[in-house]
Amino acid sequence: MSSWLDYTINGLIVGNVYALVAVGLALIFGVSRLINFAQGSIYLVGAYIGWVAVVQLHTPLPLTIIVVAVAAALVGLIIERFGLRPLQNSVRIAPLLATIGISFVLDQLVMLTFSPNPRALPSQLPDVRFQIGGGTIGPLDLLIAGVGITSALLLFVFLRYSKLGWAIRATAQDRDAAMQMGVDVNRVNQAVFGIAAALGGISGLLVGMYYNQIDTAMSLQATLKGVVAEVVGGAGNVPGAVIGSLLLGLVESYGVAVFGTSYRNLFAFLLLVVVLVLRPNGLFASARQAPPEPLTGTFIAPSRPVRIPRWALLIATAVFAILPLLPVSFYVLQTLINASLLGMLALSLTLVAGTIGQVSLGHAALLAIGAYTSALLSLTFSVPVGLAIIGGGLMSAALGTALISPSFRLRGHYVSIATLAIGEIVSLVILNWESVTRGPIGISGIPPLSLFGYELVSPISIYWFSFIAMVVLALLQGRLLGSHLGRSFRAIRDDDIAARAYGLSLNRYKSLAFIFGGFAAGVSGGIAAHLYSYINHETFNTQQSILALTVVILGGLGNVVGAIVGAVALVGLPEVFRIAAEYRILIYGIVLLLLVRFRPQGLLGTM
Amino acid sequence: MGTTMLSLRGLTRRFGGLTAVDAIDLDLAKGELISIIGPNGAGKTTLFNLVTGLDRPDAGTVRFEDQDITGFSPERLAAEGIARTFQLGRVFGNLSVMDNVLIGAHTRLRAVRPAVPVIGPLLELGLALLRPASVKAEEERLREDVKVILARFGERLLPRIDQPAYSLSYANRRRVEIARALALKPRLLLLDEPTAGMNPTETTEMQGLVAELKAEGLTILLIEHKLEMVMRLSDRVIVMDEGKKIAEGPGEQVRGDPKVIEAYLGHGLTTKQESAA
Repeated sequence: MSSWLDYTINGLIVGNVYALVAVGLALIFGVSRLINFAQGSIYLVGAYIGWVAVVQLHTPLPLTIIVVAVAAALVGLIIERFGLRPLQNSVRIAPLLATIGISFVLDQLVMLTFSPNPRALPSQLPDVRFQIGGGTIGPLDLLIAGVGITSALLLFVFLRYSKLGWAIRATAQDRDAAMQMGVDVNRVNQAVFGIAAALGGISGLLVGMYYNQIDTAMSLQATLKGVVAEVVGGAGNVPGAVIGSLLLGLVESYGVAVFGTSYRNLFAFLLLVVVLVLRPNGLFASARQAPPEPLTGTFIAPSRPVRIPRWALLIATAVFAILPLLPVSFYVLQTLINASLLGMLALSLTLVAGTIGQVSLGHAALLAIGAYTSALLSLTFSVPVGLAIIGGGLMSAALGTALISPSFRLRGHYVSIATLAIGEIVSLVILNWESVTRGPIGISGIPPLSLFGYELVSPISIYWFSFIAMVVLALLQGRLLGSHLGRSFRAIRDDDIAARAYGLSLNRYKSLAFIFGGFAAGVSGGIAAHLYSYINHETFNTQQSILALTVVILGGLGNVVGAIVGAVALVGLPEVFRIAAEYRILIYGIVLLLLVRFRPQGLLGTM
Repeated sequence: MGTTMLSLRGLTRRFGGLTAVDAIDLDLAKGELISIIGPNGAGKTTLFNLVTGLDRPDAGTVRFEDQDITGFSPERLAAEGIARTFQLGRVFGNLSVMDNVLIGAHTRLRAVRPAVPVIGPLLELGLALLRPASVKAEEERLREDVKVILARFGERLLPRIDQPAYSLSYANRRRVEIARALALKPRLLLLDEPTAGMNPTETTEMQGLVAELKAEGLTILLIEHKLEMVMRLSDRVIVMDEGKKIAEGPGEQVRGDPKVIEAYLGHGLTTKQESAA
């Protein structure tokens, strides 16, 4: 029994930490209907500022907390002023993409400044445990509980009794009405981002002290946990976010107690998916809410796609097809092989995110499913590699669509949350399902690419194989877009309510888009597995999902040619300019931000 | 009049403390045109949403022909032959005029959407990619249909058939919506303020078109503020105020009804007094 009390205390403490993140997310969602994907990055920044303060400046604890809160709030204000305010009158997808870009830029800046190696963050409190009942509690636990409860009380008083607090609540209730009554919405946004960032930063500091370790991977995890807690509590609902956080902490803690540590995140994301399926408005929303007000304006930037004449495409294809016969180095071929693998992923994502408007942030999971299926088919069942890759594509289409289907009823930013979580679930299942996936060891000795019994080992043959696979998928997708399905997908993206009123079932057409897109991504993952000969649960990670998203935005949402041009550009240009690997992700993040701000329709225009 | 197409009984929808639609009864016969008028906020659009499945009633029933369709999904109702336009305009901004109207014909796709259970969607994907002759012919036929429908709007839309809808004028977007509704070959058409934002010439044109549709025997439910048009077109007029039906009958009779005058003028006077105070 004693251990159960310990797990309960642990769950509540961790829940308190999540609450600090989730409350900020709820405040921001309340006033701007935006899920701030950069919240975890602020938490990361808070943790590292705390580390500088504690380890290098030796500040006392109260001062550490103040320094972290102020510095994090500043970061929040900068994000609001320079990242989001310019996008106020932009299309709905823009601020979402901007916070994703900001998050990558911040994470990479922290990583480049402090190196990706974990650091110890000492807690500055005496290491004693007090007995209560059958469990124990330490001073740090009390501190976390204290900070959590104090912030909640301060926030409550601020929102209820201060003028700015009223303005925030008014804006959350009806932004237009608040503006007409003279509320300065920019000031409200500033206040909300400042408060959210300060709470997020403190949360990062406390977590660092709690586990006595900080590293750059914390960021994504924090965003995910905060979002889970917020969605469980009901988006934009501040008290709901607190309760959702405590619930999440308890679910995780009990889950770990029963199944072990490696299952911690799995429970968090399963909780999210269950809530999204059963109560998409959160646990505390009334059963039947008034339907959301009609969303005016289009989801993506309207533009006329650049028309590329057919002969130009044919010439370009021919040039790339005969490229290996020209005197080019293996290095160039290798780069282009990588580009075509990314190109296939981008084809998939441009269909799903661009054509039908479901901005997936977990797309790398489709690669992983395809890769594992193809690897295991060829290794365990001796299926010829060519067929195994197609099997990978089919499995990715089927399983990917089945996994994502609970999110079909969601709209806008929620889809991104759900796909991000589902991507994490896939990675965690691969890690934990040892009997099939060989768990953390990964799969090694995957046979090389082969076709009709001939092994493809020379870079030239591998180049042709992946190039042809990409061209075939692109042609198929072009044909799909020219059919009634192309216009149906785009209609659903532009206005799902009008689409339903004309007989388009969202489940049916979103499924078809994911089936087709899942196949392309699965084939890409399958080819990659046979190229790499070794894969594990981290081979296909969120960075690849974001890279693919950047490619898609760069090329133009829904634009087939754009996806390929974007992939070649984003893989090729860093090679041309010899940019060091550690700066590349930073550059991708900056490219994403600049695109969203200055050319949201991408190079070739949205379709 | 002939058989009843649409029949509402006690239809009610509440939002919190507000009863947006309050126990509405309505019978619409085949080929009849009924106009619903009333001050802003009277619940007219909410009533449309309840009939077309975009919102679900708290009480009451909706019958279409001989079927209880209360709570049916919008996509199912579209398949039953109910088409609508939207008050604020909901065209697909990035789709061309042609594609917008083709979406209206979606429920009429047969060759490419075989009615096979379970694997139907997969067949649809396969047929869309392979495009056998039957699918091509069907698509061609629908495209011709769209051109015929667009021709009803004179030279307003035909020259812009390949332009994206976001580039159209406001009035043209309203026309695209109506063309899209007609492409469904509806048995019941609900028009939500089709002339909003149109100038007098455009309004007259639209009135002519609705009159034509009525003459062709289409059953129409119309929300409209322009009373002259309502008086000319309607077989009957229903007046709503604060969610309730306050009058019903032929246009001339409703026009003189003291309750109706009060609903319009009375509201006008109170708001004037309030804003003066």
